[in-house]
Amino acid sequence: MTNTLHRFGPSQSFADDYIVFAMCARGKNDGDALPKLRQFLEMAVPFKPVNLGDAIHGGALRPSRAMNPLAHWNRDSTADFRAVIDGMDALTTVAAVFDNRVAAEDFVKAVKEADLGLSINISTSVDGAEQCCFAAGIPRHSVGYSLGFEGKTEKLPNADVLLLSTMCGHGMVSHSLAKKMIDWVKEGRRTPEQAAACLTRFCSCGVFNPARAARILQQAARGESPA
Amino acid sequence: MKIDPNKCVACGNCTYVCPVGAIYIDPATRRATVNSKECVECYACYNGLSQEHLNPTFVRTLRKVFQMLRLRFDPEPDVCPTAAFAPDELVWPRTVRRAFSDPRVPHESTGVHGRGTEEVKTNDVSGRVKQGEVGFTIEFGRPGVGVWFRDLQTMCWALAKAGVTFEKRNPVTSLMSDMATGTIREDIMNEKVLSAIIEIKVPVERAEEIIRLVWDVEKQIDTVVALGVGARCDADGEDHVVAPMLEKLGYHPERAKTNIGLGRVTQAEAKITVSA
Repeated sequence: MTNTLHRFGPSQSFADDYIVFAMCARGKNDGDALPKLRQFLEMAVPFKPVNLGDAIHGGALRPSRAMNPLAHWNRDSTADFRAVIDGMDALTTVAAVFDNRVAAEDFVKAVKEADLGLSINISTSVDGAEQCCFAAGIPRHSVGYSLGFEGKTEKLPNADVLLLSTMCGHGMVSHSLAKKMIDWVKEGRRTPEQAAACLTRFCSCGVFNPARAARILQQAARGESPA
Repeated sequence: MKIDPNKCVACGNCTYVCPVGAIYIDPATRRATVNSKECVECYACYNGLSQEHLNPTFVRTLRKVFQMLRLRFDPEPDVCPTAAFAPDELVWPRTVRRAFSDPRVPHESTGVHGRGTEEVKTNDVSGRVKQGEVGFTIEFGRPGVGVWFRDLQTMCWALAKAGVTFEKRNPVTSLMSDMATGTIREDIMNEKVLSAIIEIKVPVERAEEIIRLVWDVEKQIDTVVALGVGARCDADGEDHVVAPMLEKLGYHPERAKTNIGLGRVTQAEAKITVSA
């Protein structure tokens, strides 16, 4: 799952994008991992994440299977962290998304102290992750670099759209919907936060960053370069 | 994926949410329709859209009235008002599409959800990529373009010819009929998926050669490629080997996944129990 590695944008555009995730390895440390994964999610909440999720059930903002028609006028877009934690019932990757480095650093320090024995990764800019490790006094173990997109890149949309759609590396946030949300914010039909919530619901593992999305939507709608 | 024509009200919301643009309003029937050749069975429409269960006749009438009056109702854009989506009963080889496109479905070969790879994310426990080695993830089709297995085949053959070994616990490798030649089974050549990842590992001395090979082959393939390069850091947490090599090739990596090394093996025997 390289679902957070290939987010599009220069390193400064990840200043509000820190994903800390935990996973176990088959046959190595998965025997007693479920409560530890849940503990990881529980520990993240005090550090005020902007999203929390597991790769099976999704994030803190989910689509409804039976939406009340009145929701069109009063839709609840509050992140439900408790539902994510309580709903975790199988081994998978769990993630906490932060919109600032300090929160991510403090959470990494707490995870280190908790000594869960799970593999912990930070997905952000190369420098941002290094700084988190330095603050926590942890030398990096391994690094997976993204070298960006190559090949028939003429098939890709513009940078504003890519900044949004690549926040779901599984591709569940379509380019068309990202473009539509930019247009709707531009037209004043939705606030950046409402449009970001709409995109967030499509992410099936909870790593989409609604705070970064709202910033990008606002900047793109104004014609500024979000990158 | 299917859309029930008796339920669809042609609101058009689903046409925007399809990652590969395979849903359109058919002008003849005035119903949303799935282009099954292009659909990758990712279930983004079925899983991502909220569902109302309104009466289709009522909604169609309402829409006609609004249309006549040139009024625009401004409903939520991520809702199917009549819950019109109905997943198909998939059979082989079409099941491959969903396995490689719907992140909620774990790959049988690895048990891992998403794209089915572990890369260096569990390297602190698995020791998969050691110092002096480079792990590659070569991903095709992302973001939002998709890839046919016949295109993937071209890259697999080229890599095998260069003498690389494919990662065994990888969904693409599991579909090879001959790992030595990188030959993927013939019956899935005409299947399209949202993305697929080839994983290989080579000594660091060969990394540049592999990147140049990817550059050559990706020109022959009708999709986008996303390269990921994994490296083991030294005792001080530094990477003085792979990063300089990438710089030399003109790459300036902006983003990375960093394994901070807190994982440890807790099971004495490598007994496969549950997916990670």
